Amino acid sequence: MINLSSVKKKEDCCCTPQKNKNFLARTPEITGQAVKSLSNITRERPEWVTGILNTRSGLVPIVTTEWTRTDRIGQIRSRLGGYRMNYSVRPGLYAVGAPDSSSDVFISANYKLSFDILRRALRGISGWILVLDTRGINVWCAAGKGTFGTDELARRILGVNLAGLVSHRRIIVPQLGAAGVRASVIKKQTGFHVHFGPVDAKDIQAYIRAGYHATPEMREIGFTILRRLVLVPIELNQALRKSAAAALVILIIFGLQPSGILFKSAWTGGRPFLLFCLISIITGAAITPILLPFIPVRSFALKGWLAGAAAMAPLVTLTPLGGTSALLDAAALIFFPLMSSYLALQFTGSTTFTTISGVKKELRIWLPVYIAGLAISIVIIILYKLQSWRII
Amino acid sequence: MKYLKNAATLTFDPDRCTGCRRCVEVCPHCVFEMHDGKARITDKDRCMECGACALNCEFGAISVGSGVGCAAAIIRSMITGGEPTCDCGAASSGAKTTDCC
Repeated sequence: MINLSSVKKKEDCCCTPQKNKNFLARTPEITGQAVKSLSNITRERPEWVTGILNTRSGLVPIVTTEWTRTDRIGQIRSRLGGYRMNYSVRPGLYAVGAPDSSSDVFISANYKLSFDILRRALRGISGWILVLDTRGINVWCAAGKGTFGTDELARRILGVNLAGLVSHRRIIVPQLGAAGVRASVIKKQTGFHVHFGPVDAKDIQAYIRAGYHATPEMREIGFTILRRLVLVPIELNQALRKSAAAALVILIIFGLQPSGILFKSAWTGGRPFLLFCLISIITGAAITPILLPFIPVRSFALKGWLAGAAAMAPLVTLTPLGGTSALLDAAALIFFPLMSSYLALQFTGSTTFTTISGVKKELRIWLPVYIAGLAISIVIIILYKLQSWRII
Repeated sequence: MKYLKNAATLTFDPDRCTGCRRCVEVCPHCVFEMHDGKARITDKDRCMECGACALNCEFGAISVGSGVGCAAAIIRSMITGGEPTCDCGAASSGAKTTDCC
């Protein structure tokens, strides 16, 4: 292991592969290149890199298994919104602890949060982490897209000369990566045998102690309240972002008068509908995901509609928000539960158990319902406007 | 939690199964179990069509139609006529980055 400060002075070490050893440091250009790449590594050194290991596969950053404040803030920010789209680490080889040729090799994605969760799970042990280029996407989603895939894995294994680095021929791939990685092809192309590790990184050490064996519990992905809760901010964020247009439409509808658009009537008349809109977004994008197992139907669209109707019906019939016009009440009761339903159906993209066939089946039934509901609501609103203008 | 009844497209051919256990290893919903040296499906409604079993079955005993199960992506594919893809993987290409996973 080389300390970072001493590394800078040592001009004879370099990140070119071992086979070029005799060629190294003989020409000024190569020495210069080596120093330059080394200073790049040290200058851009993130806090979680604690040193550099000189290996047969070149210079490998040593990473800590501890999380700093920056890592924790990064996790929170990436769970809230767009920050996660640029939350990545450089693909390649990393070291944890003081690994040697017998140490395990863990495969990960270059989404920083995936990488962080893995290195935290390796506390107390030594090993190698091989990070694939998944364009900053987590293991499971990337496996679905094929970027956490057979080709990329084989390329990285060969690219870092893993066979020269470790004496065994075993790599631990996260189980959820299996949707993108064909173990038999990896074996054929690289000689490495893929062991699919547990679903949760926190079980890795127990998995290794058990002789690379996962219990059925370690193999199963649940969808606990906690797992659902962490998804809610993103769902809300995305739904609310699109709701600005809906709010504008509501204000225009209510503000529209024969004499033009009046801001006063837009605001006073539109207020209940703006509130309905907000409530149906929260119901569809937050309440339905949270109450998921407690809404006693399997269809997500129906779950969302039931939750939306349960929220809207009392608001429209029992509070002063409704009751000003039977037409408006009807439009609200038709439109907003369907909006909750649509948003709840979007949540299928984030669950751990819904299927593409199922979502297609739901859409075949519900898409016509959404379109019909929207059309009926528009007709009712037009009737309401004509009535309020005393045309009919 | 289970999704819709009889919607999953998972099929399993026991005649081709060699009992290698890969499907039991990769399935995140314990859809497969071993019985008399071969795999068998326990409950098809638990399948989420991730495709890991079919991809890793060397003997072609398993097939499943897998893909992005995100409603917005499927609606987009209905309109454009292409395969459903969620656009969160396109971050580096500077494309629109919203929706799903």
